[in-house]
Amino acid sequence: MLILECPYCGVKAEETELSPGYEAHLKRFGPGSSDEEFEAYMFARKNPKGVHFERWRHVYGCGKWFLAARDTNTLEVFGTYPAQSSEPPADLQDKIKAKRPDWKGYK
Amino acid sequence: MSTRLTRGGRLIDRTTSQEFAFNGKKMRGYAGDTLAAALLANDQMLVGRSFKYHRPRGIVAAGPEEPNALVGLGKGARFEPNQRVTTTELFDGLEAESQNHWPSLEFDVGVINNSLARFLPGGFYYKTFMYPRAAWKHLFEPIIRQSAGLGKVPKERDADRYEQAYAFCDVLVIGGGIAGLQAALVAGASGARVIVLEQSAAWGGRAPVDGDLIEGGSADGWIGAAVKTLSLMENVTLKMRCMGAGVYDHGYVLADEKVSDHTPGDGRPKHRLWRIRAAQIITATGAIERPLSFAGNDLPGVMLAGSVRDFVVNFAVSPGDRTVVVTNNDDAYRTAIALKEAGLAVPCIIDARASVTGVLPAKAKALGIRIEAGKAIAKVKGGKRVTGVSLCVQAGEGSVLEEIACDAVAMSGGWSPVVHLWSHCGGKLTWDTANAHFRPDAARPPTGADGAAMVVAVGNANGVMTVAEVLADAARGGAVAAQAAGFTAEAVAAKAQSVAEAAMEAVWVMPQGASPKLRAKMWLDYQNDVKVSDVQLAAREGYSSVEHTKRYTTLGMATDQGKLSNINGLAVLADALNEEIPQVGTTTFRPPYTPVTLGALAGESRGEIFQPLRKTPMHAWHEKNQAYFEPVGLWRRPYCFPRAGENHEQAVHREVINTRTALGLLDASTLGKIIVKGPDAGRFLDMLYTGVMSSLPIGKCRYGLMCNEQGFLSDDGVVARIDEDTWLCHTTSGGADRIHAWMEDWLQCEWWDWQVYTANITEQLAQVAVVGPNARKLLEKLGGMDVSKESLPFMQWADGTLGGFPVRVYRISFSGELSYEIAVPASMGAAFWEALHKAGAEFGAMPYGTEALHIMRAEKGFIMIGDETDGTVIPQDLNLGWAISKKKADFLGKRGQERNYLASPDRWKLAGFETLDGSVVPDGSYIIAAGKNANGQGNTQGRVTSTYHSPTLKRGIAMGLIKGGLSRIGDVVEFNTVTGGTVKAKVVDPVFYDKDGEKPNV
Repeated sequence: MLILECPYCGVKAEETELSPGYEAHLKRFGPGSSDEEFEAYMFARKNPKGVHFERWRHVYGCGKWFLAARDTNTLEVFGTYPAQSSEPPADLQDKIKAKRPDWKGYK
Repeated sequence: MSTRLTRGGRLIDRTTSQEFAFNGKKMRGYAGDTLAAALLANDQMLVGRSFKYHRPRGIVAAGPEEPNALVGLGKGARFEPNQRVTTTELFDGLEAESQNHWPSLEFDVGVINNSLARFLPGGFYYKTFMYPRAAWKHLFEPIIRQSAGLGKVPKERDADRYEQAYAFCDVLVIGGGIAGLQAALVAGASGARVIVLEQSAAWGGRAPVDGDLIEGGSADGWIGAAVKTLSLMENVTLKMRCMGAGVYDHGYVLADEKVSDHTPGDGRPKHRLWRIRAAQIITATGAIERPLSFAGNDLPGVMLAGSVRDFVVNFAVSPGDRTVVVTNNDDAYRTAIALKEAGLAVPCIIDARASVTGVLPAKAKALGIRIEAGKAIAKVKGGKRVTGVSLCVQAGEGSVLEEIACDAVAMSGGWSPVVHLWSHCGGKLTWDTANAHFRPDAARPPTGADGAAMVVAVGNANGVMTVAEVLADAARGGAVAAQAAGFTAEAVAAKAQSVAEAAMEAVWVMPQGASPKLRAKMWLDYQNDVKVSDVQLAAREGYSSVEHTKRYTTLGMATDQGKLSNINGLAVLADALNEEIPQVGTTTFRPPYTPVTLGALAGESRGEIFQPLRKTPMHAWHEKNQAYFEPVGLWRRPYCFPRAGENHEQAVHREVINTRTALGLLDASTLGKIIVKGPDAGRFLDMLYTGVMSSLPIGKCRYGLMCNEQGFLSDDGVVARIDEDTWLCHTTSGGADRIHAWMEDWLQCEWWDWQVYTANITEQLAQVAVVGPNARKLLEKLGGMDVSKESLPFMQWADGTLGGFPVRVYRISFSGELSYEIAVPASMGAAFWEALHKAGAEFGAMPYGTEALHIMRAEKGFIMIGDETDGTVIPQDLNLGWAISKKKADFLGKRGQERNYLASPDRWKLAGFETLDGSVVPDGSYIIAAGKNANGQGNTQGRVTSTYHSPTLKRGIAMGLIKGGLSRIGDVVEFNTVTGGTVKAKVVDPVFYDKDGEKPNV
């Protein structure tokens, strides 16, 4: 029962208020893409033990999608930010690097 | 024999006698007794039978760790199986029945398994799978089924109610012993909001039983003062009879409060499940004593030493007149001393340690108790109760030195901290060699959202074993937790004097060189009948992982979840594998700590409020008119409207015929309605639908399909263009929320620069389908707008009024008849529906339900999401290629459909089927193909997706997927049936009725 702060409405929402959207920062591959690209987009997920970027929707709140960076092992939440982000905010990436020196980056 | 002592008993009230029944036999106890204490006071040593061998079993423990003494409690609608007598409070009128025996507790036929024990070794269940199949099916399965299951399932609906509640605090203290109270005093003084949970009905835990002195007085005195101080603090909440069940992510804790277990039927909820969110959690959950593994350690009368002490001190119950104490540590001497001081005989203390030097042994010696150092129990004598023990040397193989007569044995193998709650959410353990137990590793705690520790273990639960250290550790933990929650706290501990204890000595098998015969009588897991020999066998058979051994032998898999057996079992495994205990490790601790009844987990979510119920504005009318409802998502929709003397099938057929020949009215309000609006709305819908929606002219309707990114069909419906930048998308009844979320997902996360708004207006509008040859006549009678073919042709819509109601009328048809789907504001839905019925009476208006709707759409060959689709079907499979744009560069699912498997000509495709004999193809039937597959199963070439008796055609019709699809028209194929046999059917066009579509287009 995680608690994640919705970056839109500021509510610290319990997991029952949220619906999960799994891995964040996937690049969509549509018509014209190779089988390998499409397969990776559709099915290949990182599923790391450690730093992970996820999509969540504040479904029983403001209805907005947001992204969260957390550690799947310790359950530490590094931060949440709007879904309209092509990559995690720089300060969040710095924070994660400081806490997890071995972290290889979000890509 | 076990009996009540004439004096003492700190928890009982001798002035209040209570009558109860065990297996129908009337007995008496006192207020404050547990059922266990009251049974022992009545000399009821035998309380149950073990699971596998049906061995006679008695009470072993005094708390939640009890493995044996499970009973069925209560009667009828208040019957509960598997209740532990050690945690059941006695009340007047209590009725309990022992379990797992047939025909009676005293004489059990199943005990024959006992003599077959050598045929039921560890891994027995798995081994039965390995023999010839016939042996499993005809021999093992019937036997296992006969004996499987502990306790009886309640037969009646639960008469009690349960509720759930939320609580929030800065510091949650789990455990109301002296450690928990001390931690709460420190945290409470800091001003933090504190909740203290105690699972039993008494504060203070075991300290008073041990005779500890705190602040110069009795432990009882200090506990009373501490509870009073805490109850006067406004920021502290004390909850008794409330078991901390599980610790979860980010400080979430479940706790089960037994509100009225001890006062059944008094109107209060039976349990209250607390859902607590705490900034910091303190586990002050104490420790559990370990049994020693000697032959016959499961006989009734063999008990944990600390529990014997509990019964004597708390309830003035003596388990026997003569009790032999067997131990590997000093603590058990407290039991010998307590028994002696209560006037009972202790023939001998058998201490496995070669040298016995402590203060407590000296005191026991001074009381005149015989102490045998370096000795062990070779075997316990007796059948349904202990009659004596044979003494041997611990270092030897079990040669008997002497027989000692006794009627109880108090054993102690040392104490294991209750680390369950620490471990639930990731806390790690460390092996403590001195105490031979696992304790919480403070350096690797469970962590919260900020990455910092969220649980602090204190006292016995932290592996701290003496009273002075316990209080100091608890004060430290209270301060650490309060500070972590943002408060300033000072770790001030009550002073206590601890009695020095000599080192214990790990003893895992007694005597250490015991023969295989003795080891086959040494129980580890009492409830599941797992013995030392079983674990050793598992190790020999190659099970080196403790998790595998657990499942193979069923060690620790009973309802007590290995509270007694865990450490002993893995020590035996480690020894057999020649490894160290920490390397073998523990199995995973999972919530709940002790079983939580399903009623508490369900709470008030049962009956009518099991889940939200969605009702259309016309729902009350449907109820009044005898609608038979079916669930559609959370909606309830009329399946049909049976009339007097009609069964459902007859009603459905009447509704179909009436709609096709006169006039049917359908409550279509559940249909999903989503507004998509904005400068980029057209572009967005072109991505969402397989067809083109941006080109749809204002005022017109178009059927559309939505696929997921894999290309599989996900939803369908008619889209209407409302104005330049507004579209209204109809979705399936169950699909509105899902599709709306799907739209938002793409808009917010992928195309966030597109200017589009969506709004799910499903519940803002009531919708009625007016269907049949007389549909136009009815609307013309109501009047207000032109509904002629010329003004409002098929697949167009118009706003206007009908009979004074503001309406939006869509000329769309899911039945194949002349049809108007009319939307009105939800608040007018019921009135509009009634007006239609009133005005429509002269045209033969009748309501129809979902089943008539389904039959009529199947007669027309229209697909239904969820019937023709199952998440693996693409639109091309359903001959819906016409609804897929070839021109668009991209839409959701386009790339997925290009995958070679989905583009294969061998895919099963939609066709219609007519049985040769006119019967209805059974639901779920497959079309048989020649030959068998690699598994010896018959090959298939298709399956049925929709199958009905068509009242219009008066025969069975079906839609289905078949290899080759429409190219197979004219073929005769065979469907299998569930009951065996086959049904022959001809492949036909799936449009069975009005093939040219002339009827709706008038």
